[in-house]
Amino acid sequence: MAAPLLAALFALFLGAYGMSPVQVLAALRDGLSGIDSPETAIILDIRLPRIVLAGLAGMALATSGATLQAVLRNPLVDPFILGISSGAAFGCALTIGFAPFIPLQAAAFLGGGLAVLIACLVARTGDGGMSRLSLVLSGVIVSAFFSAMVSLIKFFVEPMKLQSIVFWLMGSFSLAEWSQAHSAGIGILLGCLPVLLLRWRLNVISMGDEEARTMGVNVSRKRIIFITAATLASTSAVAVSGIIGWAGLMVPHLVRMLAGPDHRRLIPLTMAGGATFMILADTAARNMTDFDIPVGIITAVAGAPFFVYLMKRNGKESWGR
Amino acid sequence: MIRVDDVSFRHPHTTDDVVKSASFSVANGRIAALLGPNGSGKTTLFKCIAGIWKPRGGAILLDGTDTASLSFRERALLLAMVPQDHTPPFPYTALEAVLMGRAAHVGMYASPSSADVDKARAALETVGVGRLADRPYTRVSGGERQLILIARALAQEAPILLLDEPTSHLDFRNQHAVLSMVRRVAEDKGLTVLMTLHDPNLAAHFAHQVVLLKEGGVIADGTTEDVLTAERLEQLYGVGIGVMTDTERRLFYPAS
Repeated sequence: MAAPLLAALFALFLGAYGMSPVQVLAALRDGLSGIDSPETAIILDIRLPRIVLAGLAGMALATSGATLQAVLRNPLVDPFILGISSGAAFGCALTIGFAPFIPLQAAAFLGGGLAVLIACLVARTGDGGMSRLSLVLSGVIVSAFFSAMVSLIKFFVEPMKLQSIVFWLMGSFSLAEWSQAHSAGIGILLGCLPVLLLRWRLNVISMGDEEARTMGVNVSRKRIIFITAATLASTSAVAVSGIIGWAGLMVPHLVRMLAGPDHRRLIPLTMAGGATFMILADTAARNMTDFDIPVGIITAVAGAPFFVYLMKRNGKESWGR
Repeated sequence: MIRVDDVSFRHPHTTDDVVKSASFSVANGRIAALLGPNGSGKTTLFKCIAGIWKPRGGAILLDGTDTASLSFRERALLLAMVPQDHTPPFPYTALEAVLMGRAAHVGMYASPSSADVDKARAALETVGVGRLADRPYTRVSGGERQLILIARALAQEAPILLLDEPTSHLDFRNQHAVLSMVRRVAEDKGLTVLMTLHDPNLAAHFAHQVVLLKEGGVIADGTTEDVLTAERLEQLYGVGIGVMTDTERRLFYPAS
């Protein structure tokens, strides 16, 4: 559980402006005692907010993925695959392009909520059930639709705004500021808290609606709470960092492989794991080359092969249906 | 006690009742079997009793309480159900799976206490698979998984136990092993049991009471000896039925 802190410390030492670990620690000490210097500014106002934001976003996406996988009984979904990220991106692009007076967070939440609602309604069969495959397919459809809507916005928007939409969409923490960490942090923590508190119920709900009901759980109400919380957390992350795929899928699976599927352990470990993963991925993104590569590229390069691996490995086992 | 009073059910957007004015009751501590051909409405009636579906008309009373107004939690304290088809979502350990049966006893934001864990372990021991507690319940045999699901229902500590075709995925030996175990546990704990079965011979051997359901209606209800006759079964299944009798048991077989 201390992994995010270690990763954050590690990430603090690395950066474009070369500083030795000793200098970094000195700058940190100076900053805390109120002494201003270029070094403290780099550590406290550039590196630290970026690390905090990456950690928060990673936690949000991973927790959201684990929650959706349990509630929808589908190990192949996450906010990205269900179209929540695209929906949120649509909301944000619309706001950036045409309605800058609407808060980005709110626009992202509304767009993401709309996307998940449509994805679930499309996947629903006549008897109220939802097959795993149809849910993934409807997520793909919703995702494609909202991506197309984003392209449409990009086509019509002024060049200056187009640039900021394009850059934001690539998925990056490069413009991180404390104000972003604050605004996103509220939504992310508000989304993660109910999941953390109700996490054991995820076990029961994952057994399916009928069984959970006979065990005394009001599934319909709980599902709305969980999906809303997952949507709030992941869209808050999207609003500040753009679309970063795969973390929500990969991290819960890695944790499940290491610590088992019980959500009493899975959820806290996924939160820590998501934060760690994103901090490390972002550290790689800003240090691998002289350029600041969008972190979404790093996670996708790692995530796509991982998804294939999961399908091959588990298709044979319990979720071939 | 289970009392099914004039219950009717039809699926949404259809015009035919799948269950038609069904009435019967099962007394406390009795084991009742519900028999009927495929499509007779057994599973539908079962889902109504379990509270998964709402009947269109009539009432279902559990220990004298009309279930229409109960919350899921209140109902779960009265009735536990062992499902027929269970698809494991994740490879939970047997203990974790059984622990879920405690949901109605665990507070909204809480996780199960150590007392709940003890009860789950005890339930696994009761059905004879305590050794599987830490094994993923996806990697056990079909019979063992059935036992784990029965343990989950027992951990719920409800006085009424519903089993939907508990033998449908089991081999010849396990059918008898599981039903013997159910009967023994029901007698030990004084449970009222209702189960659907396909094989009249299993009903004859393990149930005190038999209810016959045909085309959504109850055509016979009474003690196993009274209800299970060749004529009644011919009427129920629409095929000729032969009976072999020795001093203590009767064996039904299709004879056409």
